[in-house]
Amino acid sequence: MILKNSKILLEVCDLRATVNGTEILKGLNLTVRSGEIHAIMGPNGSGKSTFSKILAGHSAYEITGGTVLLEGKNLLDLAPEERARAGIFLAFQYPIEIPGVVNSQFLRLTYNTVQTHRGHEELDPLEFDDFVREKMKLLEMNPDFLERSVNEGFSGGEKKRNEILQMAILDPRLAILDETDSGLDIDALRIVANGVNQLANENNATILVTHYQRLLNYIVPDYVHVMEAGRIIKTGGKELALELETRGYDWVGIENDAAARATA
Amino acid sequence: MNSPQTLKADYLTSLLTDQPYLSASPLTYLNALRAEAIDRVSALTVPTLRDEEWRFTDISMLTKTPFKPVRETTELKLIDIKHFHIEEAITRLVFIDGIYAPHLSSEQKIKGISVTHLKADHSLHTATIEAHLGRHIKFNDNAFAALNTAFLNDAALIFVSRDTKVTQPIHVLFIATQKDTANYPRLLLLSESNSKATIVEDYVSLQDGPYFTNSVTEIVLLDNAHINHIRVQRESTKAFHIANCAVSLDRASNYQSVSVAFGSRISRYNLNLRLDEQSECAVDGLALISERQLADTHTFIDHAKPHAVSRQMHKCIVGGSAHAVFNGQIMVRQNAQRTDSKQSSRNLLLTNKARIDTKPQLEIFADDVKCTHGATIGQLDKEEVFYLQSRGLSELAARNMLTYAFGAEIIERIPVPSLKLTLEKTVLEQTTIQS
Repeated sequence: MILKNSKILLEVCDLRATVNGTEILKGLNLTVRSGEIHAIMGPNGSGKSTFSKILAGHSAYEITGGTVLLEGKNLLDLAPEERARAGIFLAFQYPIEIPGVVNSQFLRLTYNTVQTHRGHEELDPLEFDDFVREKMKLLEMNPDFLERSVNEGFSGGEKKRNEILQMAILDPRLAILDETDSGLDIDALRIVANGVNQLANENNATILVTHYQRLLNYIVPDYVHVMEAGRIIKTGGKELALELETRGYDWVGIENDAAARATA
Repeated sequence: MNSPQTLKADYLTSLLTDQPYLSASPLTYLNALRAEAIDRVSALTVPTLRDEEWRFTDISMLTKTPFKPVRETTELKLIDIKHFHIEEAITRLVFIDGIYAPHLSSEQKIKGISVTHLKADHSLHTATIEAHLGRHIKFNDNAFAALNTAFLNDAALIFVSRDTKVTQPIHVLFIATQKDTANYPRLLLLSESNSKATIVEDYVSLQDGPYFTNSVTEIVLLDNAHINHIRVQRESTKAFHIANCAVSLDRASNYQSVSVAFGSRISRYNLNLRLDEQSECAVDGLALISERQLADTHTFIDHAKPHAVSRQMHKCIVGGSAHAVFNGQIMVRQNAQRTDSKQSSRNLLLTNKARIDTKPQLEIFADDVKCTHGATIGQLDKEEVFYLQSRGLSELAARNMLTYAFGAEIIERIPVPSLKLTLEKTVLEQTTIQS
């Protein structure tokens, strides 16, 4: 929701980044205020997944220019775990499997670690069990999930639901969902989207990174940004996504080129 | 006085010194078997790095210590070994330095299962013993199996009768208590047609000095038998542990095993497994070592007949300047059509000085088979560490969790909950680096 006078959560200014010497982000600008849902769309290779990983602190990318502020603090100075504790959450496109670690233990450890750093009380196993089961209802998850190894043998949909469960538990200020809709059938998509919608409130914000418009039927964005070649080249409301769906990404590029020629 | 050089030359015969003091066995065939084994020990030499089967495993250190056989038994009370007990175990055989300890073993009788030892009255089982004891392990070219057989005096014997199915485990506990001694544990398990049982073969120590465990295990599964075999090597870190195990699977039988190696300065485990038609095996292993330990696992899985299935996952976690070796040979014989075999060797190096040698070997002589194998050696995956960090865990906590998980994946397969928990704690302690 777009709120009047809501405060700025994330401010990205002229962000530039390279991987192995190749520039992937070429001056990206984005402002996200609390309460808002932003969708970043774009063709493969436009840099949208890279942007998600950079926000979460992945070490493979070198930041060569620009600034990223989270609630006024320089995010780029922080290690990935410090960003998580400060309120960044990345739902992975490909969540990793950790055979040998039970899901309930993993969830409790991450919850307690983050809570401690935020100055809150830890939960003991019994308290946490009540807490997590409540959150699981949101995602229509079978309690059996708790006893299985983290993501091991989970279907694509189960993994994505487990990601959103972690989001529900860690209560981030800014959640970034990287291609969360990929590999989901329509039922799983509905459940995941419903979870995300219920977690959204006036104090947090969500960035949806997606290739397809489909997800946006379920999670309605306040802003849609089109990314190409490492920049946001067009920003609009939710109707922009529909236009992209019918006219394709080429259309934005052509229109943009035309606009660039017109101003030249 | 022996200089190290001369000791090495006659090392095997020096170990035989006290063998003649063994009393003759009432089983005539056994006396002949021992005599044959003594001949082989005298003819063979201690393997060196020049032997293909030992090229990564230097055991010259063993030959610098003149271990003596155990002549006197150590008195232990139940309280001394209580912490080794497995609560689910229905019955327990305890051997102290290779010698049977009746007062520590449990006498509980279970219908259809005979848990006994060779020196007990075994008139009921004479034919079975003669048919199997010493028949499955080949010692012609194997100096250590020959040495064990030369000292074959007592043995743990477990016979599971036809159609008997027991879920609770049988615990066979070998405790080392005397330093500078050599002990020769021996175990025979026969699982008759359509029977099912779980056995825990457990090597522990109550002292910190050097000693030598040289064990032989023979496991026989008749048609449709199902055996869970858990092998735990948690000897002291100065011990030498050399073990040979032969498993014979008859038609449609099923052998599931998990072996873990945590202890010993130098350990070597040879597993030799023969699969008959439609039989299945899962052979999983974990070596978790540090400091200057060496752990070597050699397995030979022989698909001798068609339609058999084998699964193997072997993992090593190596810290300090330790050295792990895995050699996994899978043989698919010419007529072993429709063999289904999967082998995986996964290894984790925790330090720059740690070393791993892994050699998966697949030899296929049949043409209609499904076989895969693979090996990885590495450090922790950066993407996995990042994933955990992105959930708020510090890099160290993330690394500790992934290292633990790497080992726990094998421990999880142990079907005895209390033992699983105990070993999980050991893995957790050994994989946790404090900041």
